[in-house]
Amino acid sequence: MLYIPCPHCGLRNETEFHYGAEAGVAYPDPNALADSEWAKYLHIRANPKGWLAERWVHFAGCGRWFNLWRNTVTHEIGPAYLPFTEQPKAPGNIGQEGPKA
Amino acid sequence: MTNTNDTLAPGTIGRRRAAALPEQPPQLWKSVKPKKAYDIVIVGGGGHGLATAYYLAKNHGLTNIAVVEKGWLAGGNTARNTTIIRSNYLWDESAAIYEHSLKLWETLEEDLGYEMFFSQRGVLTLAHSVSDVRLKRRNLYANALNGIDSEWLTPEEVKKLVPIINISEDVRYPVHGATYQPRGGIAKHDWVAWGYAKAASDLGVDIIQGTEVTGFDIRNNKVHGVHTSQGTIAAGKVGLVAAGHSSLLANLAGFSIPIQSRPLQALVSPLLEQVLNTVVMSGAVHVYVSQAHKGELVMGAGTDAFNSYAQRGGFHVIEHQLAAALELFPIFSRAQVLRTWGGIVDIAPDASPIIGVTPVENLFINAGWGTGGFKATPGSGWVMAHTIAHGTPHELNKPFALDRFLTGHLIDEHGAAGVAH
Ligand SMILES: Cc1cc2nc3c(=O)[nH]c(=O)nc-3n(C[C@H](O)[C@H](O)[C@H](O)COP(=O)(O)OP(=O)(O)OC[C@H]3O[C@@H](n4cnc5c(N)ncnc54)[C@H](O)[C@@H]3O)c2cc1C
Ligand SMILES: [Zn+2]
Repeated sequence: MLYIPCPHCGLRNETEFHYGAEAGVAYPDPNALADSEWAKYLHIRANPKGWLAERWVHFAGCGRWFNLWRNTVTHEIGPAYLPFTEQPKAPGNIGQEGPKA
Repeated sequence: MTNTNDTLAPGTIGRRRAAALPEQPPQLWKSVKPKKAYDIVIVGGGGHGLATAYYLAKNHGLTNIAVVEKGWLAGGNTARNTTIIRSNYLWDESAAIYEHSLKLWETLEEDLGYEMFFSQRGVLTLAHSVSDVRLKRRNLYANALNGIDSEWLTPEEVKKLVPIINISEDVRYPVHGATYQPRGGIAKHDWVAWGYAKAASDLGVDIIQGTEVTGFDIRNNKVHGVHTSQGTIAAGKVGLVAAGHSSLLANLAGFSIPIQSRPLQALVSPLLEQVLNTVVMSGAVHVYVSQAHKGELVMGAGTDAFNSYAQRGGFHVIEHQLAAALELFPIFSRAQVLRTWGGIVDIAPDASPIIGVTPVENLFINAGWGTGGFKATPGSGWVMAHTIAHGTPHELNKPFALDRFLTGHLIDEHGAAGVAH
């Protein structure tokens, strides 16, 4: 069970939240995009091995969405932050796109 | 060679003889150092990668092949899964590929000359509400149109097949009926991998464990080899069959795939007398259970909510699953949890696999089997081998191309895939 720091309610059990995958994916103008870019917007989300900035919603609490840094290997929790605010620095390595030799 | 002595007639329970496993040959596959170059390198030594190598050798006469595995053979999802095999999926495309696979299972032990405890004991999928019943019946009619054995059982018929099940109306999720696929069943997962490894090795395939692929030699958008923890290996063609690590490898090769990696857990009880001779699944309450060859109850849980590569999941997921299992099978309250574990499953947006060509020439991918690919091991290897050998997909995996996410022609199996397979 993760303990997740909701920016509004404080530390709560993971079971009070729903997951929203990669954070910070802007909603594009569908008419301005090529089909391939639209497909990418619809279906592709970051899936790194390491730190990931991701969305969570505290459905059983304040009901609000926020963003969180979390490590997908160690399950360490980093800073939480509100949407449309400045993203805090990643607590460690990000963008580790593949296994290192 | 389909094993029958571990299979009681449906609906019977009782004591079995202690199940003896057959002797293993002194060596299953040759231990080799990687050569400088191969015609084909398969990345990932799980069941799907090994089956791909075997069918490349057997069906296409290509044997200058290496299977490169970063850990140990079948240490990924292949030997972590609950081994449920069935083909009663909803859409025509899925029914075709899963049924092809089931047909291969039916002769696989003879074909490989290796026992795998494939046991067609039947798979029940329970319905717990009016809408659940409607969905399951719709699935049943779709199966009938595709010639797949599948029938509707009333709660009383379910009880006859599975005497320990609770069909009382007086529970949170009452059993309103079930679909039943008699040809479905289970197999012994590590033996499946070993059988394919042995047969592939006998045909000349090199199986290289403890070697991680860390990058690709790509020039002019064409793959020429893989970089590994043991140096660079040249390759005419490369197949990525890496389950939960597929999106990382795709990124290394310069393209993206719509895969999210999540933990999926399972558990076993200690060895018990035979009480359950059918596979029972319930998507609605997140339970799937069978009793394996030696007598342990094997149960699968749901996926964790978030992306992870940790190969372990939250305990609350297990608790949730056991609560539902105890209501369905009150007798299980006397059993203990011996062991729990997790695998990292590769989930695609439509819960269907991605098998075919990639934006890089001579680089092929087979991923996205997610929570339910063990059953597809033979069929997946078969069509992947065809795809690599010919450079174009087999009829059966054409619909599962990566470009379906561009065309929008998704194959949504969230319903038939159930919670977990
Ligand atoms: C708990 C659980 C229960 C399940 N239950 C069922 C079920 O009942 N029925 C069913 O049909 N399916 C089930 N599944 C799904 C099934 O296990 C998988 O879909 C299937 O086994 C995938 O096989 P694979 O060979 O593609 O993957 P894997 O067996 O995971 O093999 C992929 C291999 O690639 C290797 N690899 C990764 N990256 C690299 C690299 N960079 N270099 C070299 N090697 C690499 C990994 O080490 C791994 O061994 C379950 C899965 C889990 C986790
Ligand atoms: Zn909150």
